[in-house]
Amino acid sequence: MDSDDDYNSGMSSQEDGFEEELQESGDDSMGEDFEDDEPDMGFGQDKDIMKPRKKAYEVDYRIYRPEEIIEQQDKQIEEVSAILGQPSEASAILLRYLRWNKERLVESYMDRPEAVLEKAGLGPDGGRAPRIEPVPGFTCTICFEDEPGAQTYGMKCGHRYCVDCYRQYLAQKIQGEGEAARIQCPKDGCSRILDSKSVDLLATANLKDRYETLLTRTYVDDLNNLKWCPAPNCEYAIECGVKRQELNKIVPTVTCHCTHRFCFGCTLMDHQPTPCSLVKMWMKKCEDDSETANWISANTKECPKCGSTIEKNGGCNHMTCRKCKHEFCWICMGLWSEHGTSWYNCNRFEEKSGLDGRDQQAKSRRSLERYLHYYNRFANHEQSAKLDKDLYNKTEKKMISLQTSSGLSWIEVQFLQTASQALQQCRQTLKWTYAFAYYLARNNLTEIFEVNQKDLEMAVEGLSEMFEKQTAELSGLKVDIMDKTAYCLQRRVILLEDTAVNLKTGEQTPCGLN
Amino acid sequence: MTKRITKEFADLQTEPPEDMKVDLITENDLFKWVVTINGPKDTPYAGGLFLVHVILPNEYPFKPPVINWKTKIYHPNVTNDGKGTMCLGFLRDGEWKPSSRMAAALEYVRQLMIEPVPDDAVDPAIAEEYKNNRKQFFKTAKQWTTTYAKP
Repeated sequence: MDSDDDYNSGMSSQEDGFEEELQESGDDSMGEDFEDDEPDMGFGQDKDIMKPRKKAYEVDYRIYRPEEIIEQQDKQIEEVSAILGQPSEASAILLRYLRWNKERLVESYMDRPEAVLEKAGLGPDGGRAPRIEPVPGFTCTICFEDEPGAQTYGMKCGHRYCVDCYRQYLAQKIQGEGEAARIQCPKDGCSRILDSKSVDLLATANLKDRYETLLTRTYVDDLNNLKWCPAPNCEYAIECGVKRQELNKIVPTVTCHCTHRFCFGCTLMDHQPTPCSLVKMWMKKCEDDSETANWISANTKECPKCGSTIEKNGGCNHMTCRKCKHEFCWICMGLWSEHGTSWYNCNRFEEKSGLDGRDQQAKSRRSLERYLHYYNRFANHEQSAKLDKDLYNKTEKKMISLQTSSGLSWIEVQFLQTASQALQQCRQTLKWTYAFAYYLARNNLTEIFEVNQKDLEMAVEGLSEMFEKQTAELSGLKVDIMDKTAYCLQRRVILLEDTAVNLKTGEQTPCGLN
Repeated sequence: MTKRITKEFADLQTEPPEDMKVDLITENDLFKWVVTINGPKDTPYAGGLFLVHVILPNEYPFKPPVINWKTKIYHPNVTNDGKGTMCLGFLRDGEWKPSSRMAAALEYVRQLMIEPVPDDAVDPAIAEEYKNNRKQFFKTAKQWTTTYAKP
């Protein structure tokens, strides 16, 4: 079944409450553009989520603080509690069981309440509200202690244990195993889920906090349109409506309040304009190939018959392919048999078999060279971005000393910070354009893409060069650097925009996407 | 938890699980048991004598016991790495309940000797063989039993 659709309809009602925050926590341009009747990019059916925006490569998203996530959860729990007449701790368990799909929960509950309760872990109900109390003649079946007057606890399933055991069980589950939403009654075979009320009664404040944190984490993990910002120590979660099946047509890139910019689809660092699946393919390829590819290119040839890669390990030019036993000459790639027995050094060039062999060789070389072409540029921008950053850090120190010696104000130094950030961002984009280009077929759109790529690259290298100037010259270059920075950013937007539109409309489909 | 463990151990003495005998490895350590298993009949392990160490973690019974096969056994659910660990079903952290008993755990181990669970295997090659070439599996398992599990 199509759970995505169900799920989204479930979310829409909850969005109402956050309407006000939409304006402030999203991007500035979000508010005004909703009314515009921009050309539909083929996402007509998702109009409520994919609101038409200025830039084709941007997506709508919202950033939530952890408290907001908790509020959001609580609100839904209260709503369901009111509809079903179940206490809120039970409603929470029901909602988690159906991954917060409210509509489906209400529907199936109305249909067969017992079955739903049973499956969610709220099975047969003893009726009495659970509480901590001593029970006469009680022996705990976990520790076998039978001290009279010992406090005991049991949930509605009626399985009672001494409070000490229950507490230790909770601590083991919550702290030891990081479990919260699916902690069951300690009785073997009983699938009753431990509710928050029981945790309140039993757990220490510390443990309760941990329990809440874990629950919030599962809440975000359970929902397809919510994700935690992957930056270390960042607490924010981001909501974005782009669905998994749209990821071939859009690269949903979001920027968290913590400034971390990442792809909502795969949570990797910003990889625009390359779609997630290509990023995966590319990274796999690089992992497998890049180290060895360079070496292979320099030291090996392919067998002219079967294409196996062969390394020459001795001086003799008489090669026998290990795989297909084809015998050939390393120098001319022709059949060895045509050399006769008297040949020691190869001085033949014109023979047909040699030509064919070299042809085959050239073909397989070309594909390797093609890959290396893109890979080297990809890697180069990654490296350059690091160097640019180092350079900026050094420059920043110099600027501080310049500030004191030449009387420049702090504000006047800020253009360098802006330029440095622009450089980083543009290099990140450039880097990924090379992975993207590797998967493009040769056609007009690819040519346009390459022109855009070249323009951005030239602008970036220009700016990067200005950065390398002596500190003393930098203040004189201020206007130039500011101009170049603006130009770089503009080129980046143009490239991203063009690529995103073509990807969305399906005009340009890289190989490997279907 | 000494009380619980003492009771469980005592119960296993008076009423040991089929084909099994439970002892302490060293007299004064309640947390380390050695279980001697007679290979159940109608299995390739029949006729063999298997030693299994059961280590109860300090958190027992809030954490499951750890099972180590000291006798080499050809079985898809037992690691063949000298440790002979077994980690499936309710012997796993997430599934073990504090009210689960050692008697049940040992019975489960015996049940696995009779019927391995190839879908939750630690040795994929043996699991594959158990699924697709039962005859060969039996043959090798029997061979291992005669070689390693001599009474």
